[in-house]
Amino acid sequence: MTILARLAEKSWEPASDRDPHEPGGRPSAGSVGLTVYFAVAGVMFSLLGAAYFMRMGLHAAMGHADDWVSMPDPPLLWINSATLIASSLAWEIGRRASAEGRAARASLAGAALGLCFLIGQWLLWRHYQAAGFYLSSNPANAFFYLLTALHGVHILGGLIAAAWVLAERNPAHLRLCAIYWHFLLFIWILIAALLLST
Amino acid sequence: MPIAVAIAMLVLGSVAFHLFSPWWRTPLASNWGSIDSALDVTLWICAAAFILLNLFMAWTLVRYRHRAGHRAHYEPENSSLEMRLTFWTAIGIAGMLAPGLAAWGRYVSVPQDAAIVEAVGQQWQWSFRYPGPDGVLGAAGVKYITPDNPLGLDPLDPFGRDDLLVEAGDLHLPVGKPVKVVLRSKDVLHDFYVPEFRAKMDLVPGIVTYFWMTPTKAGTFDILCAELCGTGHHEMRGKVVVESPKAFAAWQAQQSSFGQILAEAPPAALSILLIKANACIVPATWSIR
Amino acid sequence: MATTLADDLRPLHHPHSWVTKYVWSQDHKVIAIQYSVTAIAIGLVALVLSALMRLQLGFPGVFPAIQPDNYLQFVSMHGMIMVVYLLTALLLGGFGNYLIPLMIGARDMVFPFVNMLSYWLYLLSVIVLVAGFFVPGGPTGAGWTLYPPQAISEGTPGHQWGIATMLVSLAIFVAAFTMGGLNYVTTVLQARTKGMTLMRMPLSVWGIFTASVMGLLAFPALFVAAIMMLFDHFAGTSFFMPTMQSMGAVTSTEGGSPLLFQHLFWFFGHPEVYIVALPAFGIVSDLISVHARRNIFGYRMMVWAIVIIGALSFIVWAHHMYVSGMNPYFGFFFATSTLIIAIPTAIKVYNWLLTLWRGDIHLRVPMLFAIAFIFTFIHGGLSGLFLGNVSVDVPLSDTFFVVAHFHMVMGVSPVLVIFGAIYHWYPKITGRMWNETLGKIHFWITFLGVYAIFLPMHYLGILGVPRRYYALGETAFIPQSVHMANEWISIAALVVFAAQSLFFINMIWSLFRGPKADPNPWGAASLEWQTPQTPPAHGNWGPKLPVVYRWAYDYSVPGAPRDFIPQTEPRA
Repeated sequence: MTILARLAEKSWEPASDRDPHEPGGRPSAGSVGLTVYFAVAGVMFSLLGAAYFMRMGLHAAMGHADDWVSMPDPPLLWINSATLIASSLAWEIGRRASAEGRAARASLAGAALGLCFLIGQWLLWRHYQAAGFYLSSNPANAFFYLLTALHGVHILGGLIAAAWVLAERNPAHLRLCAIYWHFLLFIWILIAALLLST
Repeated sequence: MPIAVAIAMLVLGSVAFHLFSPWWRTPLASNWGSIDSALDVTLWICAAAFILLNLFMAWTLVRYRHRAGHRAHYEPENSSLEMRLTFWTAIGIAGMLAPGLAAWGRYVSVPQDAAIVEAVGQQWQWSFRYPGPDGVLGAAGVKYITPDNPLGLDPLDPFGRDDLLVEAGDLHLPVGKPVKVVLRSKDVLHDFYVPEFRAKMDLVPGIVTYFWMTPTKAGTFDILCAELCGTGHHEMRGKVVVESPKAFAAWQAQQSSFGQILAEAPPAALSILLIKANACIVPATWSIR
Repeated sequence: MATTLADDLRPLHHPHSWVTKYVWSQDHKVIAIQYSVTAIAIGLVALVLSALMRLQLGFPGVFPAIQPDNYLQFVSMHGMIMVVYLLTALLLGGFGNYLIPLMIGARDMVFPFVNMLSYWLYLLSVIVLVAGFFVPGGPTGAGWTLYPPQAISEGTPGHQWGIATMLVSLAIFVAAFTMGGLNYVTTVLQARTKGMTLMRMPLSVWGIFTASVMGLLAFPALFVAAIMMLFDHFAGTSFFMPTMQSMGAVTSTEGGSPLLFQHLFWFFGHPEVYIVALPAFGIVSDLISVHARRNIFGYRMMVWAIVIIGALSFIVWAHHMYVSGMNPYFGFFFATSTLIIAIPTAIKVYNWLLTLWRGDIHLRVPMLFAIAFIFTFIHGGLSGLFLGNVSVDVPLSDTFFVVAHFHMVMGVSPVLVIFGAIYHWYPKITGRMWNETLGKIHFWITFLGVYAIFLPMHYLGILGVPRRYYALGETAFIPQSVHMANEWISIAALVVFAAQSLFFINMIWSLFRGPKADPNPWGAASLEWQTPQTPPAHGNWGPKLPVVYRWAYDYSVPGAPRDFIPQTEPRA
């Protein structure tokens, strides 16, 4: 039944009495919960993106074009992105693996690469600091640090969840972790694109 | 039963309160009668709804109260009734919205012949600036502010020389002439509000905002700050004096211009003022409009 | 992960000790009580703050301990506590947690551990908030709206530390709320018992569910705004901070936008008020139908109205910003969307009235509160039309008209529903019945008293009396009668506050000495009243989950032996 059909149901009529022993078919609570969480985090990052454009546009409109200085993209930015992609690949292999051992190993590799990403991000921050791009110098920097910090916090949360799930050895949860990881990669691609294009 | 009586009494009491309370709009002293009319239309429609719905409820509470042998009527829905109610509600809403939007359309369209006056807000006082004979306000900004240049005019901008400055004094306006009030804040958010004029607008540091109106009655009115701006918010007051064009011109003739202030400033103060201006290069034709 | 669809008790966490039963509990009913008690406690703090505000407004100069800076701190903390820490937490964390699993036939929420964490994080957020009273400079005095640059600039109370505790507390609250909201939404979607289709759920669930979805999408805006303001305050960034002087010295920040904060704040703020209103709408529908022995009139339209109001609430936010200095042309759009949202809201009012009409109305205390809700909500909703209609809003914004409006729709109507709901479900939650006389006295003083407080305020606002003013001073257009009005309003407020003690006495006394209640004293059809034990035991339903055969509103069905048919009763 489509959602619209469900909402148009006249539930006081006997005809609405569907077979109470409806076959399973509902997605698991975990996957629904995760999808809802994607909506929340997605809204958060989108609002930051909107704020980014508004702040940037304000500059140009006020003639303060020099207030907004784009940050350069050092090789480390690309290396970290590659690490995150590799991490997602490993998680995906783990998600699709039928053998439990292989799934666990691939997921472990994914988590380890995720940790490498996080360390790489921290190194990237230090690189920018050393090059003189401080948080308060201009808004482009501020958004960079803020966006990467919030993304990093989500990666950290994902690593904690991964540790729990790997210890617990629940294949359904492992699959959910993999999807979460892909979501974080998706967000990272959007952030990187935003930062690189402006 | 008491509840039904209470509801009916509250409806009557509210109507009586509206008719007999001493508190209603201040007498209008500007051209914004269209805002008052839009409010009146909204009021009539809302009052009708308030009275009808609540008296219906009071009647229902009596008619359908529980008593021995009484049973409720089973009726899950009545789509056609709901459609009709929705339709008429939409008509009522549109009836309110139309005059409101029409008035807003006028609010955002500043007449070509409007004079310009600037109100500068700071914690916690109002200052004003007139463009002078050249009709153009000189460039200004927070970075130019010094103790001798409290409104932050750019000393290198020729348009600012004839600007008349009223620091922490009264705003004067000629009656009957449309004026665009341009708003600038030196520090935090404020709002310029004169109840008799009906119009108001926030002052936002970093940008210039505005509203326009035509004062229609001579008199002295209070300016209130209408955006919380700190502990002195309730004391951030000013006065606007609306007077005949002749009296206004006479008053203007007594105000100091920025050029005069520059001429009279001691050399040390003047050099500080000029140092601020070298912060960046400002084209001579830049002005606030 | 506990998917409580299964017909056994396996997925539930079973507590073993007193501590895991009542403190670190994962049972939704215990968590609901924890949320409710905490929310009401902090709400009483906010009530005291409002009493202090009214003392100043009614009797200016009489209390030298109330000065402009602490007055503004009372105003700000009162507002934020009431909206977020009381109403949102109580309606969603309290009522949502208690009612959802029981009304849909689940044993508990789907993520009970996360649910428990959400409460403790909420408690932490309250503690951090209260810490604001003890930091140097005291709590923020920037208004509940926390607008920069004033919130973090000289001249505003708490601009150094109070604002920081506020922002950190809000960020923690958002995390707590997200955990809770994930639970409420996923549980409604995934854990309904057999036969409980979406359209057989009571409107209480629809209201809380929709509000939870909205909260999940709206709170990130507050979170982001709070983080960015913290950065501006402590890290020298300029998200919101423009070039400005601050008490004589030019700050070095440049180019930030105070309007950006306002957009983010109200993108959260407007849905937030509907997050408070929608659960109240849903709950009051159930109160009315039970006590009028009549199905809620137009159930489908009521559901659609809740969902449409929820969706529309995301595109009306800038009606809080008509005179903010934003692009003036936005006013046309937001006035239109705001007045459109009045239409589904009006439908709900009509349907509540049509449920009473041709009903069999029992004027018990919960019904009295529901009726009072309808009366005050009609008033408050209509006054909102004045403010939504952009040009009419211009003279009214930042006056007492706004204060009167939002108190009617947020402080009066939902609170009346909360009282009605507590009286209504008290026998189910505690197994005891409260004293009816005390309940009626509490009702009458509260209802008449709050109307006496807020009706005159509308007129003060139309006159032009501004809000957030410590004192009105000598102002030509403000006659002496306004000062008299403020005195009377303050006295009415103090009487209403005092009368709330009757409620607490009744609730607490009845807990220990009230007569044992019938498991379904009101003859209600919805599922929460059909539990095998009252109060419901851990796991709610005993060994077998219930099966549902009908909607929640089979009242006064022709031909039926009683005037209600429980949802679990099979069709003949």
